[in-house]
Amino acid sequence: MLKFVARRLGVMVLTALALTFVVFYLTNLPPNLEKLARTEGSVRMTDQAVASWIENNGHGGSVFGRYAQWLGVAPGWKLTDGKGVTRGRCIQNNADPATAATYCGVLQGEWGFSTVFKKPVLESVLQKLGSTGWLMMWVMIVMVPVSLIMGVLSGMREGSRLDRSLSIVAIATTATPEYVSGVILVAIFASATAGISPLLHEWGWISGKTLFLGTATSAMDKITFWNFALPVLTIALYGIGYIARMTRASMTEVMTQQYIRTARLKGVRFRDVVLKHALRNALIAPFTVIMLQFPWLLNGVVITEALFNYKGFGWTLVQAAGNNDIDLLLGCSVVAVLVVLVTQLISDIGYVFLNPRIRLA
Amino acid sequence: MNTELLSWGQIIARILQQFLPVWIALIITFTVSIRYKRKLGLYGKLFDSPVGMVGFMLVMFWVYTAIFADVIVTMDPIAQFGRVKNPLPGTPLIDPKDGQYAYFLLGGDHLARDVFSRVVMGARRVLTIAPAATTFAFIMGVTLGLPAGYFGGKLDIALSFLANLVLAFPVILLFYLLVTPEIRNTGIPVVLAAVLFIFPVIFFCTLFNSRFFTNPPKRNLYVGVTLVIGLWAYFGLAFNLDPLGVWSMDPNLLNVFVSVVFVNSPTVFRIVRGIVMDLKARDYVAAGQTRGESAWYIMLWEILPNARGPLIVDFCLRIGYTTILLGTLGFFGLGVSPESPDWGSTIDDGRKLLSLYLHPAITPALALMSLVLGLNLLADGLREESLKD
Repeated sequence: MLKFVARRLGVMVLTALALTFVVFYLTNLPPNLEKLARTEGSVRMTDQAVASWIENNGHGGSVFGRYAQWLGVAPGWKLTDGKGVTRGRCIQNNADPATAATYCGVLQGEWGFSTVFKKPVLESVLQKLGSTGWLMMWVMIVMVPVSLIMGVLSGMREGSRLDRSLSIVAIATTATPEYVSGVILVAIFASATAGISPLLHEWGWISGKTLFLGTATSAMDKITFWNFALPVLTIALYGIGYIARMTRASMTEVMTQQYIRTARLKGVRFRDVVLKHALRNALIAPFTVIMLQFPWLLNGVVITEALFNYKGFGWTLVQAAGNNDIDLLLGCSVVAVLVVLVTQLISDIGYVFLNPRIRLA
Repeated sequence: MNTELLSWGQIIARILQQFLPVWIALIITFTVSIRYKRKLGLYGKLFDSPVGMVGFMLVMFWVYTAIFADVIVTMDPIAQFGRVKNPLPGTPLIDPKDGQYAYFLLGGDHLARDVFSRVVMGARRVLTIAPAATTFAFIMGVTLGLPAGYFGGKLDIALSFLANLVLAFPVILLFYLLVTPEIRNTGIPVVLAAVLFIFPVIFFCTLFNSRFFTNPPKRNLYVGVTLVIGLWAYFGLAFNLDPLGVWSMDPNLLNVFVSVVFVNSPTVFRIVRGIVMDLKARDYVAAGQTRGESAWYIMLWEILPNARGPLIVDFCLRIGYTTILLGTLGFFGLGVSPESPDWGSTIDDGRKLLSLYLHPAITPALALMSLVLGLNLLADGLREESLKD
């Protein structure tokens, strides 16, 4: 078990390094740096001025060297210009170069400075992650029980009418990406001209113009049912179908096992067979699936936060990418990659841990 | 001048009328298929499953819409009509010219472009890119997945690591990094295209060579034709170097296409690898090995045909998923071009005014949903029917 975890951790670190390098390479391509130079310096810089700006701000040299600096395993760059002022990666504004640290990269907690938010990257990423954390938490609270119940109900009697109808629902939700379900949900519940809101307003059941709010901006300060239900539902819907289908597959497989038949033949009630014999074994596979859903949720979070204007992690990623904020984008990528890899690790280890057939082998 | 809005009944009647060629084509397809379903193999069996039939109908509806789009559209999908922004469904055109369709059937968007025509034209866009990208992803996944599963060992470890690397990449981040205007100047999409597009050529050459190498004239013919057409298309599509100008791809489209293939192929690779690892212990594989067949012959002509069931099902699902991905790209404004009527971009245009005007966003949203739903139902029906035998 320990050896397995160690090997998985090794692969994970290797993957993280490879992925962050790819992101670093792609964000630090020459055109992006030129754009950065023009936004930070001046728009009308000559090509030579741009080239020297890039050189003077530590973006010159080989990409491997810069990656190592960014990671914090190589000493940060230092340059003394004509006026005798020394600037460098590790030297804060007007700080004494002599006292500055040699290494300052992601590993040391120096994630750079965001040009969009005018704040240190680490601070803004952590703050936005908090907002997204709330969103994720509610998504999980809605998604996991609903999908598991759907899957178990349809899997316990394969081919029954309940199974058929639940399967159709599951297929329909997997066919509805977030940007479609979001639009439809807003149309039904949060539009002043269509859906159910005008009716309810007319009957005097709601005081506002719409039942739910079409944006979640106010949820940044205070989460209420009315401003948070639609974004949560939008993300959860897409995942529900997938997890439910996985649970169903696993449940149908378990229900054909010998020990289930034995229990039935012994005269155990069907309800007890499902709850006591089948459920525990049927939930091993969905556990991995739920864990592997996190990367997909990340996708959904970006779309939903953009759609509902909720200023969380996904929104930050869009801002960083749209405004060529290299440090912020790198910071977001590190977080995203870590989330994906850690959930993969948990899912692998959890699978081995939950499944005695693999654990004891 | 007519200023009265059409009622919803009239709108629906007019839309149904516009889709007339599609209805005719659908009726012909279904009559013929149901008539001869016993002779049509797996495709015929599809018509035994109600779910599969509904799925097939939805998919064929959009396929025929894409084919007949020129006849169905009521207005030019890119042109802007009138000064009124966001006209409601059924709004008549202000002073229509002769021969011009007089109504915005499903309303217009913020630039007064006809939503109905844009969605219909968008179907053509989506249904050319998505299946093509999925096919490329499949060929790449199969070409790499077969040897990885069959030989195992170091090759498998290396390829699996690469596949997991791509899979661990958050899709949206990858799109934001790969599908930008700046990246085109760096040539990275062309390099990626050069790598991805060579796989079909390799695949078909190996396919024919492994089967016909005992019969050189036939082999030379097949491989020669593949090489000529393949390399011709390859240089045209990847490098825009086709001397005759038949094969070419807009750089922006190439960028989108390459990214979608790149994101999809690792999953296909994993599926193929898994199936091959399962199938290589079968007797017919052992028989082939005993006969002294080459490894590639066994992989391509023994294992691959036997793996077709799950692969066809996954192909349907994956076209749907690719459609969703393309929509996502459009939604973030990274799509083919801002003018393009593809569904994702249209949803993106419409969502900004969502609380005031629903119709510009909801029509493409429903269109996309129905196509993907159709593909998923079709896959479900196929899976069920292929499990029966």
